[in-house]
Amino acid sequence: MIHFDGVLKKFGDTVVLDGLDFAVKPGEFVTLIGPSGSGKTTILRLLMTLEQVSDGKIWVGGECLSHMKRGERLVPADDKHQRVVRKRIGMVFQQFNLFPNMKVLQNITEAPIRVLGLSRADAEQRAHELLELVGLSEKVNEHPSRLSGGQQQRVAIARALAMRPDVLLLDEVTSALDPELVAGVLALLKDIAATTDITFLCVTHEMNFARDVSDRVLMFDAGQIVEDAPPDKLFTEPDHERTRTFLQAVLNRG
Amino acid sequence: MFDNLPEFISTILDGLGLTLAATLGGIAISAVLSFVFGLAMLSGSRIVRVVARIYVEIWRGTSEVVQLFWIFFVLPVLVGYQIVPLMAGIVVLGLNFGAYGAEIVRGAIQAVPRAQYEGAIALSLTPAQRMRRVILPQALVEMVPPFNNLFIQLLKGSALLTMITVPEMTNQARNVLMDLYTGQAGLIWTVLLVFYLLLSVLITFGMKFLERRAARIVGRGPSQAARDRGLAIAVEAGAGRGGGFPT
Amino acid sequence: MNWDWDYAWEVLPGIVGEGLLVTLRVTVLASLVAYALGLVLALLRRSPVAVVRWIVWGFIEFIRSTPLIVQVFFAFFVLPNIGIKFDPEPTGVIVIGLHYACYTAEVYRAGIDAVPKGQWEAATALSLPRGRTWFAVILPQAIPRVLPALGNYSISLLKETPILLTIGVLDIVGAAYQEGSAAFRYPEPITIAGVLFLVVSYSASLLVRRLERRVARSN
Repeated sequence: MIHFDGVLKKFGDTVVLDGLDFAVKPGEFVTLIGPSGSGKTTILRLLMTLEQVSDGKIWVGGECLSHMKRGERLVPADDKHQRVVRKRIGMVFQQFNLFPNMKVLQNITEAPIRVLGLSRADAEQRAHELLELVGLSEKVNEHPSRLSGGQQQRVAIARALAMRPDVLLLDEVTSALDPELVAGVLALLKDIAATTDITFLCVTHEMNFARDVSDRVLMFDAGQIVEDAPPDKLFTEPDHERTRTFLQAVLNRG
Repeated sequence: MFDNLPEFISTILDGLGLTLAATLGGIAISAVLSFVFGLAMLSGSRIVRVVARIYVEIWRGTSEVVQLFWIFFVLPVLVGYQIVPLMAGIVVLGLNFGAYGAEIVRGAIQAVPRAQYEGAIALSLTPAQRMRRVILPQALVEMVPPFNNLFIQLLKGSALLTMITVPEMTNQARNVLMDLYTGQAGLIWTVLLVFYLLLSVLITFGMKFLERRAARIVGRGPSQAARDRGLAIAVEAGAGRGGGFPT
Repeated sequence: MNWDWDYAWEVLPGIVGEGLLVTLRVTVLASLVAYALGLVLALLRRSPVAVVRWIVWGFIEFIRSTPLIVQVFFAFFVLPNIGIKFDPEPTGVIVIGLHYACYTAEVYRAGIDAVPKGQWEAATALSLPRGRTWFAVILPQAIPRVLPALGNYSISLLKETPILLTIGVLDIVGAAYQEGSAAFRYPEPITIAGVLFLVVSYSASLLVRRLERRVARSN
């Protein structure tokens, strides 16, 4: 579903991703863990076209995201091309990024109406269904500023799901939440993962969640994949020293 | 079409002297008044603060044209003697822009971190010493960009003196050249605009020089952060609209 | 000095009546021009085409660096030469509006920059088209925040409207000046104009301050 092919990403002189190769199968739930600055978030941002690759290619669902065909050659993709491929990808942000000038309902229906061409009636119906899924039906006419962090994140999830994405990117979606709201959001995500075919790519510090819901866990450090294994293996008997030290530090903090 | 250009330029330049006199005179007076009233608004004495605030609100709140007309037409009748137009103009420019400048000074001084005051108090400096040696030098760097904007506005204000018959550059273009060369208005007014532009740039250069001097006193170079703070102070003082090239 | 109350009473209607009307009309119309055009300029300044950005930047800096009165004279003398029919008041409104658009453009720029980056990213994540992103997400967040600053520029604009008397627009000050010239007696009309002007601009600044408080509260 997702394929990174020799991806290099530099910010100025700093190399953040160095010749990265990895793939995600359709329907898989893959979690990226590792220290800050290891490049995990950059991967999500590249998929969301918030950044562009310095070198290498990215494929999504068999189509090239980072490049497009011009005649016989492959050239860096322009915005129009990327928008087409990008429509299959959704993202939930650490800071929720709901639109404060719109009520909850409009936040969710805006893109389906404008981008997918749904009628207002259809979009609103979908929105109501999703709000019920995330347990916030009664908040449909509220402004985001009136909701708690956990509620806003759940609306953000509904908003992303309204686009019926094939791929959903989760960027530390619980890091900005009060601890007691985290569990609710994680439970919701686990539910969605179990009941849909969506491919998930998740960056998180919540190790228990990662262990519980992932098909595979990738340990990142300094722009490279250090280890790639199913959660049971990675969390109990990591092959690599780096993974071991990282897990020790993280899990010991409770 | 450009045959008469030299004549246009020299006629306009005949007014340059008065434009400069008005501008520099205005800058001098407003600079002094800015500090006097800016510091007054931070005074411990309530009366001083109120008087300063009244001055600022009156001269900031009224139209420059009205001020010019009043000082030129009304004041002489009240006090009994005629005021030379140029003097009236300089006085108005000084008082008007001094009011905006006072807000700039006040804002910049208040923007100096509280910690500096406390450090100076801890060292037992007198209030005067505190202001002169610690606070003011730091505030000066912040003041330069908004004053740059202000002085350029003052330069533009000097053009209004044509309305009270001062023969500065705009007057030259309007009353001399227009009578003779109405058909070449486009070229004439463009030349005049370019002259004002050049003078604006000159003022900006001068102020940049001052900014570097002021920054060296406190040991740093002018940063973009400082410029942004300066812009914030200027906007708050109501003098945020300026001209010239980005500082 | 002998203040002639009869004379003052005589000139009052012209100044407070028609003169006030003209001042308010010019201020409001020119402000609208400045608000609308300023937004256009601010958006153009963000154009992906470098040439457009530079031309707009150059234009804005040129207008801001040169006196409004000279720009007014420019329009007054040049437009007839190139065949554009010239009416003093509309022309004055447009020149002042254009002049102040170059200032409001900066205000809009600051407001747009203040919208959190996350809003842009969310719009990208939802694949919203650019136009929709601007119209439905960014501008509704940028503009309310800058309304007080726009209001303050309107007040500055108000205070510069008397410049138009030089091209025959009889606003408060223009009407006063005309009365004064006709009777060779200036103090009464000019003082009346001055007081009236002060009342108008003070009221306007109170309105803007109220607007400031409302915006601050809603944040």
